[in-house]
Amino acid sequence: MNSDKIAKAVLFLASVIILLIAGGMIYSLVEGSIPAFKNFGLSFIWSNNWNPTRNQESYGALPFIAGTIITSVAALLISLPLSFSTSLFLGEYYRGTRLAKVLGTMVDLLAGIPSIVYGLWGFYVLRPLLIDLGLPNQGFGIFPASIILAIMIIPYATSLSTEIITMVPGELKEAAYSLGATRMEVIFSVIVPSARSGIVAGYILSFGRALGETMAVTMLIGNANRIPESFFGTGNTMASVIANQFGEADGLKLSALIAIGLLLFLITGIINSAGKLIIKRME
Amino acid sequence: MDATSKILRDNLGRRTFKDRYFRGLVVFLSLITISPIVLIIYKLVEKGIRQISFDFIIQTPPDTFEAMTALANGELIPGGIANGITGTLMMVVLASVLAIPVGVITGIYLYENPGKPMANLTRNISDILQGVPSIVLGLIAYIWVVKPITNGFSALAGSVSLAIMMLPMIVRSTEETLKMIPQTIKEAALALGVPYYKVILKVLIPTGFSGLLTGILLGISRVLGETAPLMLTALGSTMINLDITKPTSAVPLLIWEFYNDPNMVDLIWSSSLFLMAMVLTLNLLSKRIAARTK
Repeated sequence: MNSDKIAKAVLFLASVIILLIAGGMIYSLVEGSIPAFKNFGLSFIWSNNWNPTRNQESYGALPFIAGTIITSVAALLISLPLSFSTSLFLGEYYRGTRLAKVLGTMVDLLAGIPSIVYGLWGFYVLRPLLIDLGLPNQGFGIFPASIILAIMIIPYATSLSTEIITMVPGELKEAAYSLGATRMEVIFSVIVPSARSGIVAGYILSFGRALGETMAVTMLIGNANRIPESFFGTGNTMASVIANQFGEADGLKLSALIAIGLLLFLITGIINSAGKLIIKRME
Repeated sequence: MDATSKILRDNLGRRTFKDRYFRGLVVFLSLITISPIVLIIYKLVEKGIRQISFDFIIQTPPDTFEAMTALANGELIPGGIANGITGTLMMVVLASVLAIPVGVITGIYLYENPGKPMANLTRNISDILQGVPSIVLGLIAYIWVVKPITNGFSALAGSVSLAIMMLPMIVRSTEETLKMIPQTIKEAALALGVPYYKVILKVLIPTGFSGLLTGILLGISRVLGETAPLMLTALGSTMINLDITKPTSAVPLLIWEFYNDPNMVDLIWSSSLFLMAMVLTLNLLSKRIAARTK
């Protein structure tokens, strides 16, 4: 009887550890960013200064928030037709075939490629291609970073939408076919409407992925600490500025980077919770 | 043929044409989707395979000057990535030691207490943890370990960041695995008067073993290639280091260093090929195990 109590206590304790880790993370990030917020106030969030010169230091997160949102939205838009088609390929047109199995495994493998390898490929293969096409800044910038990000997030949106598309009841589709609908009409008038929230949730979760990607973006975005002038200009994201500037950071600058980390944590937390909430509603 | 049926026929023709066109588009875009994986692997093999040898695995990287001389003479760059391999192994093993027990036990807790507020809270928090960008986990490990515990960059700090990353994946996969075990097996053991901890150790974990293993291997394959958090924690080292309180290299960190050194740039392809081979092998292995148990 006593051993049962101990076993239950151990189980409970492990889940308390998870809560402590999460709570501790928020505490440490907030504590670490206090100097930055004390110095610059809340306007740290919408200030676009980034000046690390001693004695006239001034930091603001806006350029990086802007860079993060622009690259992630662009990546989402680029990946949309690709992951939608792939999920139709896997979950409708070729469902259950060997071809779908092979393709599905390859899409999964895309998720397994380390970020730094994507970065290398973008740097040595994609960038020269874009230079030939006339992209300025030696092929660095928001645009190439968004393309690579799009490839990286495809598997996340695809796997969830495929699963949901596969679950659409056969009777619904057959009813539409019996009325003379073509397959494309079935897809757009039956499958997409009934799988809509799952597909949307998949895109939201993949958007959350894009927000936090670091290495590949760092290697391609050009690392300019200002608000991007155009879609083809250079910039920096929240994750990449942390990776870039951390090495030489201490004092106020370190605190500013931790504050950017806190903001990134909050933004990804909100986006991911929204995605999970939609999934939970469906169940 | 009257007018109406002619219109209908033309209409049908247009609709079937659109239908075929759409199917072609779907197939075409799907092929574009998977083309990066083919192109990336091709590029890595094409440029990296000639560097791969036994020496590549057991030697440490050359210094810049050696690499420059080799380049000037048109030879292969000597040396290898032994310090990265040992560092990666050490940090991943340590991260697993930290994350697996807590993750599996929490997963069992969630499975055993469905619907309880504490379980729901833990599940939601664990889901949120899973979405935290890896670079933020690097910051956390820097604040928790580098500054107060090891007084400098260390393998331990790297392991902590990787462990936090693995933890929610293991929690999730443990709970999902256990849910698929028939309740009757557990109830049979409890009816025999087997103590609760023995039911967990001798019934639940062995029955769900391959599922747990799949989750753990997938978790490991995810953290193997992580670079960003290690840049803020383990930093890197030119020598083989087995002391967890000292800066340590890792294969992805070495790739980053090679990338930033014009003389060493040739080594990025072989190192990436090696890293990809490790990650993809683990990935496919875990899928194989999962498929066999289903």
